[in-house]
Amino acid sequence: MEYFLSEEQKMICELAKRIAEEKIKPVREHYDETEEFPWPIVEELAKVDLCGVYIPEEYGGTGGGVFELCLAVEELCKIDGGIALVLAATALAAFPIMLFGNDEQKKKYLPDIAAGKKLAAFALTEPGAGSDASAIQTTAKKEGDSYILNGTKCFITNGGEAQIYIVVTMTDKVKGSRGASIFIVEKDTRGFSFGKKEKKMGIRGSATRELIFNECKIPKENLLGREGQGFIIALKTFDVSRPGVAAQALGIAAGALEDAIKYSREREQFGQSISSFQAIQHLLADMATEVEAARALIYATARMIDKGPKTRVTKESAMCKLLASDVAMKVTTDAVQVYGGYGYMREYPMEKRMRDAKITQIYEGTNQVMRNEIALALIKEAARAKK
Amino acid sequence: MNFIVCIKQVPGTTEVKIDPKTNTLIREGVESIVNPFDSYAIEEALRLKERMGGKVTVISMGPPQAESALREALSMGCDEAILLTDRAFAGSDTLATSYILARGIKKIGEFGLVICGKQAIDGDTAQVGPGIAEKLGVPAITYVKKIEEINETRIRVERMMEEGYEVIEMGFPALITVVKEINEPRLPSLKGMVRAKKAEIHMWNASDIVCENSRIGQSGSPTIVNKIFTPPPRKGGETILGDPEEQAQKLVEKLRQAKVV
Repeated sequence: MEYFLSEEQKMICELAKRIAEEKIKPVREHYDETEEFPWPIVEELAKVDLCGVYIPEEYGGTGGGVFELCLAVEELCKIDGGIALVLAATALAAFPIMLFGNDEQKKKYLPDIAAGKKLAAFALTEPGAGSDASAIQTTAKKEGDSYILNGTKCFITNGGEAQIYIVVTMTDKVKGSRGASIFIVEKDTRGFSFGKKEKKMGIRGSATRELIFNECKIPKENLLGREGQGFIIALKTFDVSRPGVAAQALGIAAGALEDAIKYSREREQFGQSISSFQAIQHLLADMATEVEAARALIYATARMIDKGPKTRVTKESAMCKLLASDVAMKVTTDAVQVYGGYGYMREYPMEKRMRDAKITQIYEGTNQVMRNEIALALIKEAARAKK
Repeated sequence: MNFIVCIKQVPGTTEVKIDPKTNTLIREGVESIVNPFDSYAIEEALRLKERMGGKVTVISMGPPQAESALREALSMGCDEAILLTDRAFAGSDTLATSYILARGIKKIGEFGLVICGKQAIDGDTAQVGPGIAEKLGVPAITYVKKIEEINETRIRVERMMEEGYEVIEMGFPALITVVKEINEPRLPSLKGMVRAKKAEIHMWNASDIVCENSRIGQSGSPTIVNKIFTPPPRKGGETILGDPEEQAQKLVEKLRQAKVV
């Protein structure tokens, strides 16, 4: 479908495709098998300016927005759905700085992120606080010009590898969700260490690790926004970051579809290519329709975020992630089916896509939470219209 | 130092189509790319500039659409691009092409090192690089696989041989042609692509570079191409199976049949 991309957006797609085909494809199996962190790919992305596609030019980026990020992530994920998280998960942590950081914070952190010199990570989840984010136990206590952080975060993407961490804490437990505050914590700060590195089902070229704060002293300048603003910042961050997760899911699905079409034309059974069988044709037709629907929703939402008025886009963002991740799970499962026995084998890239797709239904809000958010927005809208 | 890189736009396929009347390449409908060996030349020039400072000018002779190859070079980081384009250049062989490129380089002005790819993947002649050096009256080293040392006045390189390599030194100004072992070309950057899109490509014609008409185009080209074809892919040889004794026996039998022994 023609989406009328600008020249620069086409360039982003072309570059991301080249990186994916030339640099990631030859090593994707290696990172999936070894679960090493793909630093050489980070360098490649940095060299071609893809780390800053969503960051304003005044902070060293190329001045794009959520849409540009989505385009890059989609292309990269067509080849590997995990490695691209060096970019997408960093964006998740850069957005709150872009949205709520003061000038000093933006100047201090964004240029290094845009240049790909530093990765970032967003830390909200805790062992006892996933979908129920208000249950977080990590605390930050003010002491003079500093805050003292204590607690443990888990399942943190880019954990251990990133240099910049956006950490959601409770500064006032009594106030509940209005008592949360977010801090920027740099790697190598005293009292900040890393725990267990997770072994995962998919996205194994991405690091997922525990963060441990033990009497970790942070200067008060590292508070993002105001005290008590933590959850608002987190929610508004998710509004702009969820299309990125959706783009990851879209890329995984689109890559699976491309390969499945190609394979169906090459694979012969009963003396003809399996693409001549209606059973396969209908499968491919459904896959393609669903992928295009997800793409259209993501592109429209991303454009709305980048150009539209600054109203909340919670509903649309949640819809993107919900649809694209469910499509990714279904399309990758069907793509394995098209490949038959070969699809189940690790020698072929298909089963990996199915493993990679699953996480997109879970993280940055489970799809059940997405449905809650969408429904809540619908009801609010209806109530407002009635007044 | 001023570096000059000569590049050629070539069809992005080995299945070249030839016009049966003129025996020249049909370029219509074929995706064009920067000759891969020239990408190594661009990369090496950029690395030398990063080390020593200076400027990288990229030059090409070709039809107006060769502009896109020059823009790709700019997006990788070259500073300036020149396209030598004129209907009078059409049909130039390697001799005339070397002359035209040398005239273009003369017009650019002072330079330290000209870098070319070892050959183009369409013509495979490997003659234009050394030809340019001849016309410019500067020394040339072909098939360079490594620059061992370089300063403002001299360069020492490793020149690839069938077995092993030669180490050769020469003074500037000079020309080298490079092989793929020398480096890994970078991808263009996004900022580079944006800049390249807006950049001006200087278009020079025959009179801009002051050419003698008898030395360019068909009239300046003594080479006559009788036939161009893609050689058929090499067929796999015959395998003789069995234990060594049996194999030797069968081999001798075959050689006798072929009247070799």
